[in-house]
Amino acid sequence: MKLVFDRPRSMRDKPMHFCPGCSHGIVHRLVAEAVDALGLRERTVAVAPVGCAVFMYEYMDFDVTEAPHGRSPAVATGIKRSRPDLFVFTYQGDGDIGAIGLAEIISAANRGENFSVVFVNNTVYGMTGGQMAPTTLLGQRTTTTPRGREAKTEGHPLRMAELISGLEAPYYVARVAVDSPAHIARARKAILRAFQIQVEEKGFSFVEVLGACPLNWGLSPTEAIKRVQEELIPYYPLEVFKDKSGAE
Amino acid sequence: MGKVLDLVRCFDRMRLVMIAVGEKVLMRGCEAMAEAAIRAGCRFYAGYPITPQSELAEYMARELPKYGGVFIQSESEIAAINMVLGASVTGTRAMTSSSSPGISLKQEGISYLAGCELPAVIANFGRGGPGLGNIAPSDADYFQATKGGGHGDYRNIVLAPYSVQETVELTHLAFDLADRYRNPVLILCSGLIAQMMEPVEFMPFKGGEGHSQKEEKPWALTGARGRPSMVIKSLYLQDVELEGHDLKLQEKYREIREKEVRVEAQHLEGGRATPEERAKLVVVAFGTAARVAASAVEEAREGGLPVGLIRPITLFPFPRDFIRKAAEGTDRFLVLELSGGQMVEDVELAVRGRVPVEFYGRMGGVVPSPEEYLAEIRKRL
Repeated sequence: MKLVFDRPRSMRDKPMHFCPGCSHGIVHRLVAEAVDALGLRERTVAVAPVGCAVFMYEYMDFDVTEAPHGRSPAVATGIKRSRPDLFVFTYQGDGDIGAIGLAEIISAANRGENFSVVFVNNTVYGMTGGQMAPTTLLGQRTTTTPRGREAKTEGHPLRMAELISGLEAPYYVARVAVDSPAHIARARKAILRAFQIQVEEKGFSFVEVLGACPLNWGLSPTEAIKRVQEELIPYYPLEVFKDKSGAE
Repeated sequence: MGKVLDLVRCFDRMRLVMIAVGEKVLMRGCEAMAEAAIRAGCRFYAGYPITPQSELAEYMARELPKYGGVFIQSESEIAAINMVLGASVTGTRAMTSSSSPGISLKQEGISYLAGCELPAVIANFGRGGPGLGNIAPSDADYFQATKGGGHGDYRNIVLAPYSVQETVELTHLAFDLADRYRNPVLILCSGLIAQMMEPVEFMPFKGGEGHSQKEEKPWALTGARGRPSMVIKSLYLQDVELEGHDLKLQEKYREIREKEVRVEAQHLEGGRATPEERAKLVVVAFGTAARVAASAVEEAREGGLPVGLIRPITLFPFPRDFIRKAAEGTDRFLVLELSGGQMVEDVELAVRGRVPVEFYGRMGGVVPSPEEYLAEIRKRL
């Protein structure tokens, strides 16, 4: 029998703790595939976030360190600068990157640090139980916006990819989604491209991935996917915002 | 010859006014610490400017790259300590430095370093507080440094130099202890030591001058090549599992208490034949206060007063047993601090009510003169 589909070498054979319909499992796999495709497993040091994806180290079969909430880009800077031969990426959520760690991500991006960021945007704090994230959409009900997010008091949802692409230094900035096979295929390409850019020592690469959090959205997995398509993508357009290789 | 070359390089690099005292160089405390750190194998520094120790970062910015090291001016104190954490993850000798308000910001990262069992050296050149306070010398961060500072059950190793020369020596020791115990080491000294210029003699470069500090640390994350993948973390969700980790840390702190106490004492005991010479009053002081107290005690001795001095060099581990033993041979203690009274609590704990423990402190950046301390000593004898 011919083997046509298998677990990436960079993943462990372990059941995941993620809720049904959660996007982290898909994004984990895309990351592992990209690491394998570029032959990076044995020189990877990843930075796990605080939040649902902190357990990345349980599922990935490469070196992983933990970082305090929001500080992953600073930790990654320390790793990459002291060992430029290593392949380094952070895996971050929306509260991590858009609220508590906004200074760290903007500063690392602005320095053009040669590591990659995979940012999963599901518009809500997952692990702490569904509070408002900086990316929560207007009108979205969360446990801390029980009447729905209002622009007047909570401000507008933060478009991180656009924010990062406005900086001079970043080399590659894209937003993708994992709501459909076609979008997953594009997400796979974007993550691979981001990692390739680091390998080529070209600088900072950033991929925002729109995902679903059915549990904290109060939706079924299929309804949640529909919400990504009907509500998230219109506000958070799927685009390559910046790819300096086109200009070279 | 090597030493001569080092000296020539010092001349060349620092353009310092030199005083020819043997092989000594006249240097500011915080710059001497930077040079000592490089010699001790530090190859990563991240920091954020803050008075009175920005010269340390400036020195690192200029010198560290010459040794293949990395200097980063971070966006914040929080980022600096986390960059140090990242460098330490790879096994690189790394440090950051700041002054009191900046050290407060670093506490989260220090707690993670302790929890993840990562070595790092953090220098605090203390200034007056609380809040923005001022930029005058203070040792009011004793509690923060020795009792944890951040969240959770952990301890920093805390070293308290009282001269520029000792700052150099303790910087070497700090990197060695950090690696040996895989624990953050804090060098706590007042801002006075940062800015004070004294002749110092440097120790040789660890592993030779060209040494890039890439020695293997088996726990470091450098990619899973030829070994299973590894994780550095402080997260243990199950209570018993975390308690197991905490117990391991406590065992480490016990070992540190047992092996790493450093303390200096002067004039404590009379000889067997002259028991009347024993110190009836023992002054306990660290850092800048100890420096002033040493002069006051010498002057008091010359005037025939039976006073001794105990100077803790390690604040954690605290020389508790040493002080407890000293309590058997004296009538009272006088604790002198540049604070409202912090170390005095540890002295009281060591003395256990056996003899009175008195306190005299100045705050807000006031550094007393030896005469002021002498007057306090006289009052008690």
